[in-house]
Amino acid sequence: MTSKADIAEVSQGRDFYRALVLRRQIILVGLALALMFSICVDLALGPARYSLGQVLQALIWPSQVEDQVRVVLWQIRMPVALMAAVVGASLSIAGVQMQTILNNPLASPFTLGISAGAGFGAALALAFGVSLFPFAIEYVIPINAFLMAMLTALAIYGLSLRQGVTSETIVLLGIALVFIFNALMSLIQFFASQQAVAAVVFWTMGSLTKATWPKLWISLTVLLVAAPLLARRGWALTAMRLGDAKAESMGIRPRRLRLEVLVIVSLLASISVSFVGTIGFIGLVGPHIARMLLGEDQRFLLPGAALSGALILSVGSILSKMVIPGTVIPIGIVTSLVGIPFFLYLILNRKAASW
Amino acid sequence: MVSLQLQDLSASYAGRPVLSGISTPVLQGGQLVALLGPNAAGKSTLFRRIFGLLKGGGEVRVTGATVPRPIAYMPQDSGARPVLTVYESILLARMQGRRLQVAPEDHAEVERILDLLAITHLRQRNIGDLSGGQRQMVSAAQVLVLNPQILLMDEPTSALDLSRQIDLLALLHRLTREQGLLIIVALHDIGHALHFSDAAMVIQSGQLIACGPTPEVVTPDLLRHVFDVKARIEPCSKGKPQLIVDGRAG
Repeated sequence: MTSKADIAEVSQGRDFYRALVLRRQIILVGLALALMFSICVDLALGPARYSLGQVLQALIWPSQVEDQVRVVLWQIRMPVALMAAVVGASLSIAGVQMQTILNNPLASPFTLGISAGAGFGAALALAFGVSLFPFAIEYVIPINAFLMAMLTALAIYGLSLRQGVTSETIVLLGIALVFIFNALMSLIQFFASQQAVAAVVFWTMGSLTKATWPKLWISLTVLLVAAPLLARRGWALTAMRLGDAKAESMGIRPRRLRLEVLVIVSLLASISVSFVGTIGFIGLVGPHIARMLLGEDQRFLLPGAALSGALILSVGSILSKMVIPGTVIPIGIVTSLVGIPFFLYLILNRKAASW
Repeated sequence: MVSLQLQDLSASYAGRPVLSGISTPVLQGGQLVALLGPNAAGKSTLFRRIFGLLKGGGEVRVTGATVPRPIAYMPQDSGARPVLTVYESILLARMQGRRLQVAPEDHAEVERILDLLAITHLRQRNIGDLSGGQRQMVSAAQVLVLNPQILLMDEPTSALDLSRQIDLLALLHRLTREQGLLIIVALHDIGHALHFSDAAMVIQSGQLIACGPTPEVVTPDLLRHVFDVKARIEPCSKGKPQLIVDGRAG
């Protein structure tokens, strides 16, 4: 028989859990609002500055603003501002899932060599006009970058199938791949013309100014397909952080899940990097911020990582326009400059550490 | 009632046999079975083979089960420290393979298990902040919340203090009696095995040396043979068998 004390105890437990869930929902809403605000500020800034009121008016009633304002906001700035959010979300989701399946806080598209692979693919096209897929000349650089990024991911995938390969080995292989691609990039730059070297260097800095509506739609579509596929595996992915043995005891097949997720997030990261170039640290810092705010439950961590990554890159986009008025600094430089101190803070501050 | 029988079970790692020819009589529900053996004898491997995580020859025959997944397995602690509260980590075990929304009965079950193991006071703590013993209690909760009929527990008392070891084993013993569970527990403490278990399985170098009622299996000869220990088993003042270790054999 259940006593009154038992009922009180059960409802107390549920109240605690409800409060936890509510707190996380509030944080997610807060992140979403901050992202919307940041996108509006990003839209307002540029060679011609608009007030937030003008931006909102152009967004809600486009027909009521001047043609020039509408064109600047919708055709020029909107793809860039939204691309920042979509790429930030994609890289952060890729990072959080790489960290989860490899159980390693340093895993990200950047540290596993996927970004470096994309950079090498782009450099081949920029320096020598080499096309790995010669049927879409207009998109030769992003397609080269995408194919090399996926090849890198497949190399990691292939190695992970080998007997006795641990998640630590995979991270070490990623680091080795980064060095290999960096050496190959140097080789390309050694033989390439001065103009081509400049183009390669600019590409590897990462820049949102390459964003267009078609590229945005492609990136968004991949994000909207990948995110639900990962969300469906929410409970299993959360359990992966308890270690393989515990996950197996809960009926999960870690190797299979690891491979499925690796394919999904490689696609997500490859698409993003191929369109905007190398943008480091989002895939590393975004997930850690989300984990600190929301914990490990993937039902909250996944959207949290997406929102925090999107917010960081959107703020980075604003900063890239503000540091030197009239000049847009490549976003990759900004994210690294902001990301590295934050990363050091995470490593050195035990209270903030979420690993 | 549920029952388990192992028939000529074998397993190998990288072509090297680690278990061979393990056959047991029918192990009926309603009893606590101690799995004994020296380090690296193959106890964890046997659990993994029974649970289906290792492939190999032979058959694991389960009869009388009334739930789709009657067997639950508690591995040894991996030391992982994710940002999850105790409540969440127990709920997480229960929610595997289910939809993302948590139902009221799932909460009720988590609370019942927290209460059963007397760890309700820990529910808001992060599992990374717990002691080894507390984490072991949470691990026990993670398997009990699945409501299994056969429970495989790999050294569930290794990090517990003496009173908690007794509490947990007494609870497991009670569950076998009240709910008809078959619980197989890997133990290093022979005294606990003598005190709490109904039957014992002894494994050495991947082979089953003995399996039967604990007083018949755990004898001075077996302890000398398997553990290289000179020991006596004598009744205490309450008539229960107790282990007296005289030293290393030989």
